[in-house]
Amino acid sequence: MKKLKVIAAMSGGVDSAVAAARAVDAGYEVVGVHLALSSNPKKYRSGARGCCTIEDSHDARRAADVIGIPFYIWDMAEEFHKGVVENFLSEYQAGRTPNPCLRCNEKIKFEAVLDRAKALGFDGVVTGHYAITKDGADGKTLHRAADIDKDQSYVLAVLRTDQIEGAIFPLGDTVKTDTRKEAKERGLFVANKPDSHDICFVPSGDNAGWLRERLGSEIGEIVDQSGNKLGEHKGAYTYTIGQRRGLALTVPDKSGEPRYVLKIEPKSNTVVVGTHQDLAVNTIIATPPVWCGPVPQINKDLRGFAQVRAHGAPLATSYKFDGNNLIANLDQPVFGLATGQALVIYDGDRVVGSATICETI
Amino acid sequence: MPIYFDHAATTTMVEPAIAALTEAVKKLGNASSLHSAGRAARKELEQAREIIAEAVDCTPSEVVFTSTGTEANNLAIKGLYWQGVKSNKKVIITSTFEHHAVADPINWLAEHEGAQVIQIGVDRKGFIDLDALKEQVEKYKNDIALISIMHSNNEVGTLQDIEQVVKIAGSIAVHSDCVQSFGKVELSFKNLGVTAATISAHKIGGPLGVAALILKRGLDIEPVLHGGGQERDLRSGTFNVPGIIAFAAAAKNAIENRKERELKVRELKQELIQTIKKNVSDAWVNGDLAKSLPGIISITFPKTDSEGLLLLLDSEGIACSTGSACSAGVQRPSHVLLAMGLSEDETTSTLRFSLSYTNTINEIAKLGSVIATVVARSKAASGKR
Repeated sequence: MKKLKVIAAMSGGVDSAVAAARAVDAGYEVVGVHLALSSNPKKYRSGARGCCTIEDSHDARRAADVIGIPFYIWDMAEEFHKGVVENFLSEYQAGRTPNPCLRCNEKIKFEAVLDRAKALGFDGVVTGHYAITKDGADGKTLHRAADIDKDQSYVLAVLRTDQIEGAIFPLGDTVKTDTRKEAKERGLFVANKPDSHDICFVPSGDNAGWLRERLGSEIGEIVDQSGNKLGEHKGAYTYTIGQRRGLALTVPDKSGEPRYVLKIEPKSNTVVVGTHQDLAVNTIIATPPVWCGPVPQINKDLRGFAQVRAHGAPLATSYKFDGNNLIANLDQPVFGLATGQALVIYDGDRVVGSATICETI
Repeated sequence: MPIYFDHAATTTMVEPAIAALTEAVKKLGNASSLHSAGRAARKELEQAREIIAEAVDCTPSEVVFTSTGTEANNLAIKGLYWQGVKSNKKVIITSTFEHHAVADPINWLAEHEGAQVIQIGVDRKGFIDLDALKEQVEKYKNDIALISIMHSNNEVGTLQDIEQVVKIAGSIAVHSDCVQSFGKVELSFKNLGVTAATISAHKIGGPLGVAALILKRGLDIEPVLHGGGQERDLRSGTFNVPGIIAFAAAAKNAIENRKERELKVRELKQELIQTIKKNVSDAWVNGDLAKSLPGIISITFPKTDSEGLLLLLDSEGIACSTGSACSAGVQRPSHVLLAMGLSEDETTSTLRFSLSYTNTINEIAKLGSVIATVVARSKAASGKR
């Protein structure tokens, strides 16, 4: 049988390095590719932030050399800017809280890269994500990883079935500590490299400052639900629903209860705050749905679990697909849910599909 | 066995050089020492200098050993510029498509030392505009510190008429990067008449890490490296005697076999071009076929992307190269091809094949058997329309 040829996306971190090595062991013909996502990369990485520095590309190349596979750098800076960074800005401008990692998986790793790989005659893309794919009667399905603390199925739930077909996740059955151990055994010096956190294109980690630089810092009002002014802010988009800290309200609440951001109104540049109880959400409406397996029957009430944050708990829920939207009626309310985040539905450990939250009730 | 069509990047060491190097590294002695071990090293070093001088057609005292061609270029360009500055000459004339090892030191002098840089353009085949050069020389005559024009271009292979450049320059110092030409085509330092020329060992079957600047006698330019005063105070640093001896062995070998190898490589080049054209009808060759290095071939495969081509050829066991990459490893449009008038898209659809006398017709046939598929796939992946 002819060897399957795959591209291993290598960030320069430990996970993607071990994933590439395992793909070689599994008998694939592997070519390592590092994605250059910034047109003006920084030389060095600072702490756990960022993943697109020149140092990272060197680390990825070194890992590829140790594994013994060819290595190339693909310039995806333009695609990344259009598909991820611009979307991130416009979502904030619209008062929503986007998750750029999902967009990157959707538009870059499993679209731009996978498409290019296929055109070049490759069969799929290997990444170091912690998730599992299983072969079923109707094709491959997406599942949670064995290491529930590292599970990344949430950020992969934007993949269509054809994208899942081309995805290979060799680390799905492994716990992170074992990945590091294996990296060490394989002689990969990235074994102890810190995990990357935060948003890779905001290397300072100061999300609000980064947004202010690009979207301006027009002063607006912070009001309660009746419209009474309680304070001022410097740019509504720098707030997130459910946020409690950093509001600097000048008028204290009568009951002395802490107040939280309930709503961001970008048109009037207003931030609405209220009590914790006001944050309760029972129904989530999200669109457009992406199905990671079979499409549910329209308007059929189904049972499953909803996840609304990258490392959030699974919430027991009823859900249905009405033909346009994915609607979840949670058994228990959830607090502080931002529009723009993804609603991901699970059937046990299987990812049913996802959609971007547009309304919460 | 992988097929290697990247001999302009670096090439196989020849047997006499390997033998000379392995023998020399066993010997003890710093060529600057006065005792017997030092004298023995010095004797071999000076012998090597004489061999290289004969190969380049210069006097032994005109050979200044350096560690790389880049270093020799830096020494020539900065040294001649600082020399010029003493008499208030601050203009540097160069071409638009020099190697980075020439272009970057010149740009550095412009940014840090007040140099005024005049770039002479090249035509579609890669020949510099000699009329424009003449015009600029007449215009800035007494202000020109140096002219630096490469003998042959590393990406497309075009050979320049350096003798003509020297004629136009008159008494102005001329430096020429001869790294790709030395040992491949006829080259005489004396006949060229240049002030300084750069040559390097590893391009002709010598070891990495040794090169030379051939600098006209009697010129005491400012050094870049200061220290023990080796090489007439022009280049301090302990002599790399084993490397230099092996360089001499490779130079001797290259000159002795040059004509025969040049002929063979030119035949292989014709074969490679025909093979590609037969399989990829819209491909074209950049540069000039007659006045060019025997082994360098630049081919544009329209609507492809050279990164994809390289990846696919590599996976077929064939090595060649694309243009330059930035420090992050991202491919950038070649400044050489841009200077020759290619569009950005065309420059990133171009590959360089560089041949040696060690390549074979069978290797070219193997390239011919895969190139059509490789090009088709790269076209599909490139997104260029």
